Amino acid sequence: MNLAIRDIRYHRGRFILTSIGLGLLLGVVMSMGGIYRGLFADALAVLDATQADIWVVQQDTNGPFAENSRLPEDIRYRIASVPGVAQASPLSFQTIQIERQGKPFRFYLIGYDLNGFGGPPVITAGRNIRQKHYELVAAKAMKMELGQKIHLGLHDYTVVGITGKMVSSSGDPAAYVSLADAQDIQFKKDNNAIRNDRARIAAKVNEIQIISPAQAGFLNQNITGITESTHIVNTVVARLAPGAGLQDVQDRITRWNHFRAISNEEQTRILTKGMIEKAKMQVGLFRIILLVISAVIISLIIYTSTIDKIRVIATLKLIGSQNRVIIGMILQQSLLMGVIAYGSGYGLISLTYEKFPRRIVLEPIDLQLLFLIVVVICTISSFVGIRKALKVEPAEALGG
Amino acid sequence: MYSIEVDRLTKIYGKGETAVKAIVDASLQVKPGELVAILGPSGSGKTTLLTAIGLINEPTHGKVILDGAMVADEGWLPGLDLKRIRREKLGFIFQAHNLIPFLTAIENVMIALEINHLTRTEAKSRATELLASLNLGHRLNNYPSALSGGEAQRVAIARALANRPKVILADEPTAALDTDNGKNVMSLLKKLAVENHSAILVVTHDHRMVEGFDRIFEVRDGVIVNETKRVA
Ligand SMILES: Nc1ncnc2c1ncn2[C@@H]1O[C@H](COP(=O)(O)OP(=O)(O)OP(=O)(O)O)[C@@H](O)[C@H]1O
Ligand SMILES: [Mg+2]
Repeated sequence: MNLAIRDIRYHRGRFILTSIGLGLLLGVVMSMGGIYRGLFADALAVLDATQADIWVVQQDTNGPFAENSRLPEDIRYRIASVPGVAQASPLSFQTIQIERQGKPFRFYLIGYDLNGFGGPPVITAGRNIRQKHYELVAAKAMKMELGQKIHLGLHDYTVVGITGKMVSSSGDPAAYVSLADAQDIQFKKDNNAIRNDRARIAAKVNEIQIISPAQAGFLNQNITGITESTHIVNTVVARLAPGAGLQDVQDRITRWNHFRAISNEEQTRILTKGMIEKAKMQVGLFRIILLVISAVIISLIIYTSTIDKIRVIATLKLIGSQNRVIIGMILQQSLLMGVIAYGSGYGLISLTYEKFPRRIVLEPIDLQLLFLIVVVICTISSFVGIRKALKVEPAEALGG
Repeated sequence: MYSIEVDRLTKIYGKGETAVKAIVDASLQVKPGELVAILGPSGSGKTTLLTAIGLINEPTHGKVILDGAMVADEGWLPGLDLKRIRREKLGFIFQAHNLIPFLTAIENVMIALEINHLTRTEAKSRATELLASLNLGHRLNNYPSALSGGEAQRVAIARALANRPKVILADEPTAALDTDNGKNVMSLLKKLAVENHSAILVVTHDHRMVEGFDRIFEVRDGVIVNETKRVA
């Protein structure tokens, strides 16, 4: 006869409630693990979707995600002509905050060359961008409908397609537009701003006394041409031709173009090590604290339930029960509680994880490891109860 | 041969100035099939004597022989498996029924059999039979909390009888019951002693309850002061 199960069956209400309570706690531990994995997945979402071999960025920067990087768009042609490069394509990234339904809403705008790569990895509804202007593909998390318009910069953009779980490395949902549109949104100012800028530059130039008014006029025109240039990108991504050596190509680009060529692997490291290391430690610490709390709670529950059973244990000893019967009862109860708590925590988290504001990735290995930890915690926790139970004297069964 | 033999048993609790001589030089014998009472006021040492015989409380001096085997001689004999002797040779009945609250009536009896290595099926059929013989056939699947005091004590008696022990020890088995139920329990014990041929030793402070007992030992301040034999 299994005493553990009989006891649980008799006190099922209390047992289920406690287990579910513990389950909530374990659910939080699971979600912490999921958040941690989600941080990785988010950080690497754009990287993974782009599938580039090399990220060309401004010299001496860790761009374009960890640091600012600005490059003239036309270097794409020079990169493309480097031996070993099969394809090069410019990309621009910017975080945009708008008002939506009276609340600030932040998203990540990616501009890409419609004939290059780095665009939306999948289209789950609608279509990809076809026209060079005023079309936008939004990630599902942007919560926009096909055909909906959004005003960015000086123009309205129409949502023509929906893509999957694309986010910036800080978790903001992403949207795609053509590179030209992205540059317009980033750099084009309205007419008043342009007139102001020109007037300011002209005033400055005219103050320069060593040049003639004619020279000043010439200079003025050129400066405004440069300052109003929108042909800036954040990175040029390249894919290698089959058989090309990654290091060779990186060296070439670095040596004669004065740009930094970051391999995909280095870029991964920059994103994971540099950008989310702290978050990882934070989440890890929380998980440990929560596990310790669970351990303390389980120990307490097992201890109290043993205290409640002192008379039962004394009676069992008195009628001659072997110690293993008593140890088995306590240990099995502890394990059963852990397993049920784990199950309810898992149930809870798998029902809700998609509704979390940030991505939660439940990795089987994390879940299996947690299960093991729960089993170990329950075993160790039951020792306090078992110790107490072994000390009970059979004589304690006597009396009223 | 006796089922229980106690020879000059003394139990002293504690040491030095605070030592309590709970039982001094007690000797008694109980034959198979005999129903014997230990009668005495509160604090006289009845429970101490019973638990010393029941391998729960180590005697300080004297001998205890159960079913022909020496178990204590100036303390327990070394190397004895006390739990094993308890579950194989002894049956216990308590003042409070001490049933396990989360087991049903039949399970409470079965557990005693299962810890003594009977299979589940054997345990179940013997428990059913036993409870039916104690008029509890309709209560098999009730939890103790749903039983009356008399019913619960009968289930406890069934548990004590389960392994067909040679010796049954009962400590105030009627204290939690009213007079009628108490008398019923005592006459049940009488019947069981005769039918099962076991020695039954019952502790009580209530002289009204010892009617029909074969012998009565009276205890005062740890000393057996009187032995009364039933006159047939
Ligand atoms: N564990 C113990 N430690 C010290 N003294 C004890 C212990 N158990 C009992 N005593 C003492 O031994 C004496 C006899 O106690 P015992 O419990 O045997 O009496 P009893 O006749 O069963 O009384 P009651 O009718 O109240 O149950 C009492 O004075 C009691 O205080
Ligand atoms: Mg007593």
